[in-house]
Amino acid sequence: MAGDTRDKIIEVRGLRNQFGSQVVHEDLDLDVYRGEVLGIVGGSGTGKSVLLRSIVGLNTPAEGTITVFGLNLRELSDDERRMAERRWGVLFQEGALFSGLTVAQNIQVPLREHLRLSQDLMDQIAAVKIGLVGLPPEAGSKFPSELSGGMKKRAGLARALALDPEIVFLDEPTAGLDPIGAAAFDQLILQLKETMGLTVFMVTHDLDSLHAICDRIAVLAEKKVLVTGTMADMLKQDHPWIREYFHGPRARAATSAWSDERSHHAATVG
Amino acid sequence: MASAGTFAQSNESGADSPKASARLEGKGGRATLRVEGDWIVVNAMELDRELDALKPEGGQVTFDLSGLGRFDTTGAWLLDRTRGQFEAAGASVELTGGEEAAMSLLAAVQKAEPKPQKRPRRKASAFVGMLARAGAAVESLIAGTREAVGFTGLVILVFARTAVQPIRLRFTSLVHHMEEVGLDAVPIVMLMSFLIGAVLAYQGSEQLERFGASIFTVDLIGISFLREIGILLTAILVAGRSGSAFTAQIGSMKMREEIDAMRTLGLDPMEMLIIPRILALVLMLPLLGFLSNLAGLIGGGFVAVGALDISPIMYLERLQQVLEVSPWHFWVGVIKAPIFAFLIGTIGCFEGLRVSGSAESLGQRTTQSVVESIFTVIIADAFFSILFVSLDI
Repeated sequence: MAGDTRDKIIEVRGLRNQFGSQVVHEDLDLDVYRGEVLGIVGGSGTGKSVLLRSIVGLNTPAEGTITVFGLNLRELSDDERRMAERRWGVLFQEGALFSGLTVAQNIQVPLREHLRLSQDLMDQIAAVKIGLVGLPPEAGSKFPSELSGGMKKRAGLARALALDPEIVFLDEPTAGLDPIGAAAFDQLILQLKETMGLTVFMVTHDLDSLHAICDRIAVLAEKKVLVTGTMADMLKQDHPWIREYFHGPRARAATSAWSDERSHHAATVG
Repeated sequence: MASAGTFAQSNESGADSPKASARLEGKGGRATLRVEGDWIVVNAMELDRELDALKPEGGQVTFDLSGLGRFDTTGAWLLDRTRGQFEAAGASVELTGGEEAAMSLLAAVQKAEPKPQKRPRRKASAFVGMLARAGAAVESLIAGTREAVGFTGLVILVFARTAVQPIRLRFTSLVHHMEEVGLDAVPIVMLMSFLIGAVLAYQGSEQLERFGASIFTVDLIGISFLREIGILLTAILVAGRSGSAFTAQIGSMKMREEIDAMRTLGLDPMEMLIIPRILALVLMLPLLGFLSNLAGLIGGGFVAVGALDISPIMYLERLQQVLEVSPWHFWVGVIKAPIFAFLIGTIGCFEGLRVSGSAESLGQRTTQSVVESIFTVIIADAFFSILFVSLDI
C-alpha cells in the first residue's frame, strides 16, 4: 500500500504481553499514521484494551518496542516521558473522571499539572472544552456522579483534549450510549479530527462507528494484529472470524445503512 | 548566567515552541493585528497577558494570520475572544492569511464557545458565610441524627423479625463475619491487652510500693481490667478494625449499585448484609472481651511475678479473693460488650449506606464511622458507670 510514505505516529514492533502463563499478545506489529482514525476490533479477551494500555505506558510489555512520536517510551527519562504524555490524551471506558472534582476541575487537572496558567484562564479554557464536546455550560459545575453515562464520556473526552493533544486514545467511546448519542459522539470525533488534525486510536465494537469514522481498521486475533485495512478491505477478507464479524446479522444492517448513505451521498453530490 | 536563564525558560514553555505574539500596527481607522508564532495552550498565559494589554479601538481592523505557526483550540479561542473585544469596541474585523485548517478550527471553537454571560459574583460577607455554614452544619446534624435513629429502629425491627423467623438468618454469611471480626482479631486483641496489662501493673506497683501495698497491684489489675479496660480496649480495636471494614464494604457496594441490584432481585440488604454483620459482632465482642481480660491478667501477672515479690500462687489467690468479694467485677465488663458491639456494627453499616457516588465520600464515611463508634462507645461506657454506681455493684 502507498501508506508507507505517510508519517507513522505510533509504531509497535514485536510486542509480547503476558499475564502469568496466559499470553495475550505475541509478536504483534502495528502502525498508526498521523491524522487517521484507527479502529481496533477483536473478540472479548483478545487484548484490545491491553494494547491501548501498553502504548500509553500503563502496562509494561514483556517484549517488543513501542515508538510514539518517534520516541521509544521505555528509554525516556521521567521528564521526557512527561513531555510525551502531554501530547496524548486517553478516554477510559467509564470516563474515569475524578469523582471528588467537578467536570470543570477535572478538565483543569492536566492544565494545572503541566502548565502555569491563571485560574481565570483555566476556567475559560475549560468552558470552551465543555462546549467543544457538546456538553451544556452548566455541566462544568457538576460532579461526575450527577452525570449520565454519555455525559461522563463527553466530560472524559474534554479532559483528554485539555492540552490539545496530537493523539487521543479512546476505549470503547460509544459503548453504552444510545444510537443517537453514539452517532453524535462519532460526529464529534470526526469533527475534532478534521479541525484539530487529531490522530485517533479507538478500541470499539460499534460497527456503525467503524463505518462512519474509521479510516482504517485493525483486527486483533490470534494474539496479533491479523489484518489492517479499510472497511472495504475487511469485507473482502475470508478469515472465518473476520467474516463472522463483518458479515454477521448486526454487521449486515450497519453495512447496508452505510452503503445506502454512500450512494445517497454520491447522488446528492453528483 | 544569561544562557542558563534562557534554557530554563525554553524548557518551561515546552521544548521547541517559539513564542507567540500579537502586535497591533497602524492607527486611526485602519489597523492590522499581526498574529505570529505558535498559538497553543503552552503559550496561553503570555498570549493572554499580551492580548489584555491591547487597546481595542473602532474602525477597520485586519487580523493577519500569515505568520501563524501551530494553532490549537485554546489559541483559536483566544483569537476569537480578541475578535469579540475589537467588535465590542466598534471595529469591523477581517481575517486574512489564515490556512483553511486554522479557519475551520476557529469556526468550530466559535460554535463551542459559551455565550458570554454576566456571572453575578456576589461575594457574601465573611460573617454571613460563617452563619450559613453553621446553619448548614446544624441542619445536616439534625438530618443525620434523624436518619441514624430511623436506621437503628429498622435494625431492631429486622432483628426481631429474624428472631421470630430464624430461617431468614443468613447463616453462612454470619459465620463468615464471625470469623472475620472475631477469630481474626484474636491475636491483635490479646497482644494489646497483654501489653496494657503489663504496663498497668508496672505503673501501679511503682505507686503502691511507696505505701508498702504492692499486693494491691493485683486488685488494681483485676478490677480495672475486668470492669473497664478489657472491654473498652477491645471495643476500640474492633471499631477501628471491623467498623471501618463494614463501612468500606457496604459503601463500595453502594457505589457500584450492588445494593440497588439486591433490592431489584427481591433481596433485602438489611437481611443480607447488615444483620449478619451486626449479629456477628454482638456474638464475638463478648468473647474477644473475655480473651482480652485473660491476656491482660496474664500480662499483669508476668510483671507482678517478675518485678514484684509476688509468687504466681499468691497472684492467683489474691485475684480469686478480689473476685469473691464481688463477682460482679467480671459481669460488669461482659454485660457491656454486646451493647458496644451493637453500637459499633450499627454505626459502621449506617455510614456505609450513606456513601454517595464519589471516592471521597467513601473515605469520609469510613473516617466518620470510626470516630463516631469510638465516641459512642465511650459515652455508653460513661452511662454504664453511672448505672452501676447507682445500682451499687
